[in-house]
Amino acid sequence: MASLLNQIGAVTALNVRSIPQRGWMSVASVVAVALTIAVLLFFLALSNGLSQTVKGSGADDVAIIIREGSNAELNSVVTRDQLSILTTGPGVAQRQGRPSASGELLVIVDGVKRSTSTNANMPFRGIGAEGLALRRGVRITEGRMFNPGTNEIVVGAGLLREFSGFEFGKSIRLRGTTWQIVGVFEAPGTVFESELWADIAVTQSLFNRPNVYQTMRIQLSSPDAVKAFQDWAKTDARLNGLEVLSERAYYARQASQSSAGFMFIGLVLGIMMAIGALAGALNTMYSSVAARSAEIATLRIIGFSGWAAFFGTMVEALMLSAAGGALGILLAFVAFNGRTTSTLGAGFTQLVFQFQLSGGIVFAAIVMAIVIGLVGGFFPGIRAARQRPQLELAAQ
Amino acid sequence: MTDLIRLTDVEKNYTRGKEKISIFDKLTMRIEQGDFVAIMGPSGSGKTTLLNLLGGTDKADKGAIEFDGKRIDNLNEGQLTAWRAANVGFIFQFYNLMPILTAAQNVELPLLLTKLAPKKRRENVATALKIVGLEDRAKHRPREMSGGQQQRVAIARAIVSDPKLLLCDEPTGDLDRTTADEILGTLQVLNRDLGKTIIMVTHDAQAAKFAKRTLHLDKGRFEQAELAA
Repeated sequence: MASLLNQIGAVTALNVRSIPQRGWMSVASVVAVALTIAVLLFFLALSNGLSQTVKGSGADDVAIIIREGSNAELNSVVTRDQLSILTTGPGVAQRQGRPSASGELLVIVDGVKRSTSTNANMPFRGIGAEGLALRRGVRITEGRMFNPGTNEIVVGAGLLREFSGFEFGKSIRLRGTTWQIVGVFEAPGTVFESELWADIAVTQSLFNRPNVYQTMRIQLSSPDAVKAFQDWAKTDARLNGLEVLSERAYYARQASQSSAGFMFIGLVLGIMMAIGALAGALNTMYSSVAARSAEIATLRIIGFSGWAAFFGTMVEALMLSAAGGALGILLAFVAFNGRTTSTLGAGFTQLVFQFQLSGGIVFAAIVMAIVIGLVGGFFPGIRAARQRPQLELAAQ
Repeated sequence: MTDLIRLTDVEKNYTRGKEKISIFDKLTMRIEQGDFVAIMGPSGSGKTTLLNLLGGTDKADKGAIEFDGKRIDNLNEGQLTAWRAANVGFIFQFYNLMPILTAAQNVELPLLLTKLAPKKRRENVATALKIVGLEDRAKHRPREMSGGQQQRVAIARAIVSDPKLLLCDEPTGDLDRTTADEILGTLQVLNRDLGKTIIMVTHDAQAAKFAKRTLHLDKGRFEQAELAA
């Protein structure tokens, strides 16, 4: 066993130290693996960033009420009567003697993406007086909150970074009405940062949607109160057709819908590119075995086993793919991890989020690089191991 | 003297397409311990095939091959590999050194197949290099040495694990006359002073004169008179 390990060590050292002799081919193989890993990480980080942003938006003790079967707020309707009934449910928190609840309306307005100068759909949300209090972690960083009953807007910092035309202090025209931007708010890592907020009554009026709500948010006394509230809502016939979820559950559902597409594209593209990189690795390793055929034959004649030739080739392939994997991961961290981007969210509006690499994603990339190396080294390794130890071959 | 190698009725055939080519048909020979035999013959006469059979790098189709009184023709590939490592040193026409290793590292390669400790391996390597007169070139790589020096390193590699048999395939085929004679002189020393049995395939009649006897191989057969001698 010690002898076999010595042999493997010696052959591996020979292979690795002679890589510069096959420099360009080895570099091409490393780059192919690096690009594969970078592309895979791009989509996984995109998917993860989107998922984390949407998931991170919800609270456990806030209930959100939408129409049953609505995949997005835009499809939902909650009537004013239902709104009033819902505020009488069990566990509804009170603030300054009033139920802490906010009926909300989401409409779409146009914005211009800074990076491409193209038009995009912006989410414009009318919120009630409790709307800000219901979203913990949101804080006004510039200017002030809008005054109820006025056509004033506060804008999310994420939206401001990605889209032009909504700068603090600016007056903008939307649907024939002039609005004043009076504040900027931050809500790191949530979907709210991608929104414009205004007073619900003014929004309903100026967007010609009188008395229409799409969702309702209610602050409950604790996360446990959500279940009781759901059960209560089911028993009231006036609330038929409505669905009650915790805000966290609602956004988790949105997250899986939003990120699944990117995840799918990432995996399909990653696997296709991995096949390409694998072809490159196989080519490199077959060339390596061919270039070293006299060396391998000599070692086999001297008494080295076929296993040593096999493992030496495998380790070389693994080292090349590991180098490619490391390069791909480095590229991902430098090129896009933490960068802000936007995409069309579940509500057909732009959602601003960051590429987010995670330990799990990096681990998946490492596994892919190792698989490329293992398969890329296996078959050439077999060829190396089966090389006959004959003098004619050593003399070539 | 006792026989180190005994071949009895060895047959070896190759197939080329549907054609069967006979290399050896009932080849019989014996080589005593301590002998230094040169094998000469035209291309295609079977010289290299004979070396492959003697060195356990190829198998006979029929017949018996004995080494030191034990059959080696019925060993499997793994057993033959281990047998080669323990009993045979190979010297090639083009030296076959690993270009990225130093002389000492090249010489150490066969010792990696043994259970020797690294310190003992280094001592043996130093001894082998000293025997071939290259102790001062231990850290040089092949490209930093002349052809003759490279072949000396190859000889050191062949003897470092103290095998009984040295098989040389045209060991001076790539060297000028003077250097070739120096290498052949070294082989003579190994044969005379260290008792190594040497079988050398060569096209060079001058080289063959350094051997104790010469066998001429033609169409897979030795001249009977030489074998008798």
